[in-house]
Amino acid sequence: MSTPIQPVIKCESVYKIFGENAEKVLKKTDGEVDTESLLEAGCVIGVNNASFDVHKGEMLVIMGLSGSGKSTLLRCISRLIETTAGNIFIDGEDLLGMNEKELINVRRNKMGMVFQSFALLPHKTVLENIALPLQVKGISTKDSMARAMDMVNLVELTGYENAFPRQLSGGQQQRVGIARSLAVEPEMWFLDEPFSALDPLIRKEMQDEFLRLQSVLHKTILFVTHDFDEALRLADRIAIMKDGVIEQIDTPANIVLNPATEYIAKFTRSVRRERVLSCQTIMEEYDVNTDLSDITVSKNAIIDTVAERVLSEQKPVAVLNEQDEIVGTLNSKIIIQVMFGETNNLPINNNAESQA
Amino acid sequence: MHYFIHHKWVQFIALLAIFFVLVMAISPVSGGNLWRFQENIFWLLPDTLNNFLKYLINDFWLVETYDIELDLTEESTMIKEFTRSLSGVILFFINLIRELLLGGVKTVVTFTSWDFISEHPWARIPALPWTAVASGAFLMGHFLGGRKLSILAGGSIIYIAVFGQWTPAMQTLSFVLVAVPLSVFLGLMMGVFAYKNKTFKIILTPLLNVAQSMPHFSYLIPVVVFFGIGDHAGAISTVIFATPPMIRLTILGLKKVSPEVLEAGLMSGCNPRQLMFKVLIPTARHDILIGVNQVIMQCLAMAVIASFIGTKGLGYDLLVSLNRLNIGEALELGISIVLIAIVLDKLSLAWANKQADYFADLPFHLHHKYSLAFFGILVVTSAIAYAISLFFPDKPNYLYFISDTQGLTTKNFWDTIVDWIITSTYQSVQSFNVFMITSILVPMKEAYLAMPVAATLFLVTGIGYLVGGLRSAIIVAAFIGFIALTPWWDRALITAYMVTFSTVTAVIIGCTVGVLCSRNTRATRVILLVCDTLQTFPSFVYLIPVIMLFGVSDLSVLIAVTVYATIPATRYTVEGLRNVPQSLQEAASMSGVNPTQRLLHVELPLAFPHIMLGINQTIIFSLFMVIIGAFIGTDDLGQLIMQSLSRSNGMGQGIILGLCVAFIGLAVDHLIHTWSDQRKQALGII
Repeated sequence: MSTPIQPVIKCESVYKIFGENAEKVLKKTDGEVDTESLLEAGCVIGVNNASFDVHKGEMLVIMGLSGSGKSTLLRCISRLIETTAGNIFIDGEDLLGMNEKELINVRRNKMGMVFQSFALLPHKTVLENIALPLQVKGISTKDSMARAMDMVNLVELTGYENAFPRQLSGGQQQRVGIARSLAVEPEMWFLDEPFSALDPLIRKEMQDEFLRLQSVLHKTILFVTHDFDEALRLADRIAIMKDGVIEQIDTPANIVLNPATEYIAKFTRSVRRERVLSCQTIMEEYDVNTDLSDITVSKNAIIDTVAERVLSEQKPVAVLNEQDEIVGTLNSKIIIQVMFGETNNLPINNNAESQA
Repeated sequence: MHYFIHHKWVQFIALLAIFFVLVMAISPVSGGNLWRFQENIFWLLPDTLNNFLKYLINDFWLVETYDIELDLTEESTMIKEFTRSLSGVILFFINLIRELLLGGVKTVVTFTSWDFISEHPWARIPALPWTAVASGAFLMGHFLGGRKLSILAGGSIIYIAVFGQWTPAMQTLSFVLVAVPLSVFLGLMMGVFAYKNKTFKIILTPLLNVAQSMPHFSYLIPVVVFFGIGDHAGAISTVIFATPPMIRLTILGLKKVSPEVLEAGLMSGCNPRQLMFKVLIPTARHDILIGVNQVIMQCLAMAVIASFIGTKGLGYDLLVSLNRLNIGEALELGISIVLIAIVLDKLSLAWANKQADYFADLPFHLHHKYSLAFFGILVVTSAIAYAISLFFPDKPNYLYFISDTQGLTTKNFWDTIVDWIITSTYQSVQSFNVFMITSILVPMKEAYLAMPVAATLFLVTGIGYLVGGLRSAIIVAAFIGFIALTPWWDRALITAYMVTFSTVTAVIIGCTVGVLCSRNTRATRVILLVCDTLQTFPSFVYLIPVIMLFGVSDLSVLIAVTVYATIPATRYTVEGLRNVPQSLQEAASMSGVNPTQRLLHVELPLAFPHIMLGINQTIIFSLFMVIIGAFIGTDDLGQLIMQSLSRSNGMGQGIILGLCVAFIGLAVDHLIHTWSDQRKQALGII
């Protein structure tokens, strides 16, 4: 999938190493990262050789348990912490080579970030919190307040604009955090476990809200979470991290169907496949002679949503693409296999999925 | 042996046993250096320090200065010129505010000359009528904090005016209004710098520790030498005294800001300056405001003490009336000082909490209604004041200015009460005095003085070792050893005895009250409010009622110290008990304990580390107050500091004496903090 368009975020062999001796060891090896000698020197490796691209409008979810380095990676890309080695490019510009002024400019115009603990300023009202990024940019009070008010409406907090963060529930506070991060209309949106501190029901509601916003805004998103279900629900692609290493980076469906390591398999085992996979991943090749049923399904539909209809049909069901052309078929045997069978013997169209 | 190593209290008993053996074994006559350190080279330190500072002022870095008026070129030193110009700037601002309130010509003189004033009688700043200032206070209170604050601020000004304390109160106010912003600004800047720069912080921390434990008096001496006497000297010593807590609380507050808030600021695109002033400082506002509050309290406490070096105002009047035993007058003045303290505190708090309304699209006259109203009132009150002086030129103009002879006063009432109390209780108070002095205080003092220096040092070092290992032992030994090497060991022992007595009494009273009050939520609220209010009183004020009731003696100093020191003991006990986790209390209740058992087995052990910090505060408060007690007449370190204030070569001695007091405080502080931290860690309640 080599597109001529340059990625919005490009990471090349990014390392983040913590520890007092890190610099000494790196100097000895001339910048080459030798993980074993670093570990010997008592260093902790936060991010270990991370390379990936994120394209415009794509949502990459970085998933990992605590201590896996996911938040560290996000902070390297937002340059809240300095990267030890490697390159990061934002819109083709070298992020790590920027001086402070350029960095502030990038943050003021291209980046927005949401935090796990909301990180609202306790002394400012909702409106003032949202207006902060605008005001530090030098936008007049009147304009920034008007813009902030638009954001309040966007995240459906109308009526709360003069409340203080302490007067709001967790979900409402995070809406303020989201509004603040979007106030300058950034291209890139970083979310660091935004919903982890919320109750399960509120979390679900906020995920829906988030998907709604993304369907309107089409930002380029890096989303960090420790919740595998959340990752599956939201992601275009998922990067799973363990001990600083990206173990696998792929679409949700491919991760569920082909976990690259035993570690990832532990996560995927309990996942209900029919809720993750779309029809095109398991469809059979279309044979013109086949006698098809009357109903059809879209190739992007999640199996769970169509399973009942397909199972109630005797004949195979046609799978259509966006142009309503038949690209494959589904029958009840495949569906049953997906829902109740073993992972290993599924007929999977990997190529079809990754092209999506 | 195993038992010995694992049980600290056994070790303590062993330590005490050796201590007593040493006390018995070393006799005053033949003990030599073991009894008291003999005269040594260390005794020259005060004079050396004195000579060094003199050298700095008089001979170091000579510069030529040109005097315009005398048309002469003089030789001076850089330090002198620096202090002279600094004094000039500070004095200018104090005079400016003072003359806005009271009228005068000095500010005009600064820009012109005395000749100009004598030629043009109109060239002076007219005093504001007190009615205008009072309405200004009402308006400002209302603008910042609504009706309650408005009544408090306005009412206080009316009280001051009506009781004829206008001039001294406005003098104090002008002094405070310069010292407070200066201290807050300096404290904030240094705090921010220390937060950003680790090296600076490492250098600053021990200095702050010492600065905060030096008694007020010892600041006065170098200030007098460097800056002379007068309002500016008072303001400078106040700033030196009030800035350390501000720095400390700024650093504390900034450190407490959560890293995510900092990151949120960075990701919002703040540059370093915006990050500091729009994100970090406002978020750390709570602690910084406590700092501002402390600064205000310190400034008003110093307003009294600074009157020793020529600061005019309420403090000076209070000192004079206490000297003459005019208790009624002292009481009225004390109330004025407390009122100014409370009003400034509440106004600054309300100002920091003020919210802006962004969508109120108001016309000009509504937007500026407060300033317009004040301007209107100013015109009206000035007109009335002017009209009255025009029509009744011979009568005192009550609506313009009330002098201290024209004001209301209740001093006769108070004086009568005091007289009555003294005559009617003379017998019982006197016998109480005699009893306390002969059977408790004198024996205690003698016991302290009978300790050989070797035994005392062994004891404190041993305690240091048991509490915090070798490091604490060395720190404590160094602090106390320093005092032992000076010529003032006996005086330090007397200070220690007074502090011990008042601390023990204060802790017994404070902890009992605290425990009793914490049994009931309403009583808890009330007692915390009382503590808050009492804490705003400048320490000097506590001497007034005590002298009123007990006359001038060692005992009345101790009573004042005890009253003052009971506040932190009570407060920390209540807070400690209140902060015992709810789940633990519930767990205890479900285990079937009765309230007394719960208190003894659950709440007190858990609250104990916090109560210990309260006891630490109690000791520091006692130490400060004992030194201030020198004003009534004691024979400890404080008395010597007072004396060195009036001696021409007292600077070195005063500083070393101040350090002695500071080191007593620091040694205790180190021991208690180390112990409390260990304990809190063991209990898992950090």
